Amino acid sequence: MSGTCESIMTSNQTLFSYVLRLADDHLILSQRLGEWCGEAPTLEEDLALANIALDLIGQARALYAYAGQVEGRGRDEDQLAFMRYERDYQNLLITEQPNGDFAHTIVRQFFISAYMDSFWRRMESSKDEMLAAIAAKASKEVTYHLRHTSEWVIRLGDGTRESHERMVEALDDLMMFTGELFEIDAVAQEMLQSGVGVDASDLKAEWQHTVQTILQEATLELPKAGHMQTGGRTGRHSEHLGHILSELQYMQRSFPGLTW
Amino acid sequence: MSEAAMPLWEVFIRARNGLSHKHAGSIHAADAEMALHAARDVYTRRGEGQSIWVVRSSDIVASDPVDKDMMFEPTASKIYRHPTFYEIPDDVGNM
Repeated sequence: MSGTCESIMTSNQTLFSYVLRLADDHLILSQRLGEWCGEAPTLEEDLALANIALDLIGQARALYAYAGQVEGRGRDEDQLAFMRYERDYQNLLITEQPNGDFAHTIVRQFFISAYMDSFWRRMESSKDEMLAAIAAKASKEVTYHLRHTSEWVIRLGDGTRESHERMVEALDDLMMFTGELFEIDAVAQEMLQSGVGVDASDLKAEWQHTVQTILQEATLELPKAGHMQTGGRTGRHSEHLGHILSELQYMQRSFPGLTW
Repeated sequence: MSEAAMPLWEVFIRARNGLSHKHAGSIHAADAEMALHAARDVYTRRGEGQSIWVVRSSDIVASDPVDKDMMFEPTASKIYRHPTFYEIPDDVGNM
C-alpha cells in the first residue's frame, strides 16, 4: 500500500471518529430530553422539549448515516446508534447528565445550545460537503434551541426566589462539564488542520459571551471555572451512560434489525 | 401552575402567503415571547405556519350567547343580501 493510500485510510478513520462523536453527543442528549416526554411541567413545554429532542435525533441520524458511509464497513445508523458498548460512545459528559429538575435540564440545554450554535455556524464552511450540509440544517434548529432556553434562563433566574436558587444550583452542578466542550484532541486537531473540523478551543470566548449576556439579564452569574470533568471523548463516562444505554438499546438488543 | 402566572393565549396561524391568520387553538404562557414559543412548538410541528399571532384570551371581546337572537336572528330574513337572490339577465353571461 502506498503512502498516499495509508494517509487516506488514516484520515478516513479520523473523519469517522470525528463524525461519530458528534453523532453520539446528539443521540445521548436527545435520549435524555426524551425522558421528559409526558413529564414536563406543562403540555407546552412537554412539546417544546420533545421538539428539541427530535431535532437532535434528526441531526444524530444524519451524522450516524454519514459516519457509516465514511467507515465503509456496512454499518448503518441503527447499528452505530444501538449496537455499540458503553466505552465505544464518545459523547461529551454533559450530554449524559441526568435531567434533574427543570432548571438542570434548561441549564444543560442552554450550555450545549450556546456551544452548538457557534459550532454549527462555523461547520457550515467545512471543506467536507456533507458536514457543511448537515451544519446548514442544524444551525437553524439550534438557533431556536438557544433562543428558547435563553428565555427560560432569564425567566427562571429573574423569577421567584426558589426558581433563582434552583438555577444557581444547576449552574454550579453543570459548570464542571463545560471544559470538555472546548478540548482539542488528536482527532479534532487533524480534522481542524484538514479544514474539515471546527476549532472548538476557539469557541470558548464566544460561548462565554453568549452565556454571560443571558445570565446577566437573568440576574445570575456563571460560576468560576474550577476543576473540569473530562473523558467522554475517550469513552470514560460518568455512571449515568450505562443506564441510558440499557433503555436506549433494549429494543435493538432484544430484536436485532427491528424496524418500524 | 396558577392562571395568573401562566395566563391563556389564543393562537392564530397563517399557513401561506396570501391567506389570513386562522384561529388554531390556545396555550398557556407566562408572557408574549413565551406564548410565541409555545404556539410555535404546539401548533406548527408539521409545517403549518408562516406566521403566528398570539393574543391574551382575556383581551378578546366576545359576543354574549344570550344576545344571539338580537345579534344574528334579524339577518335570517334578509335573503336579498345574498347574491343568489338576484336573477342575472341572460345577456350578462357568466359573472
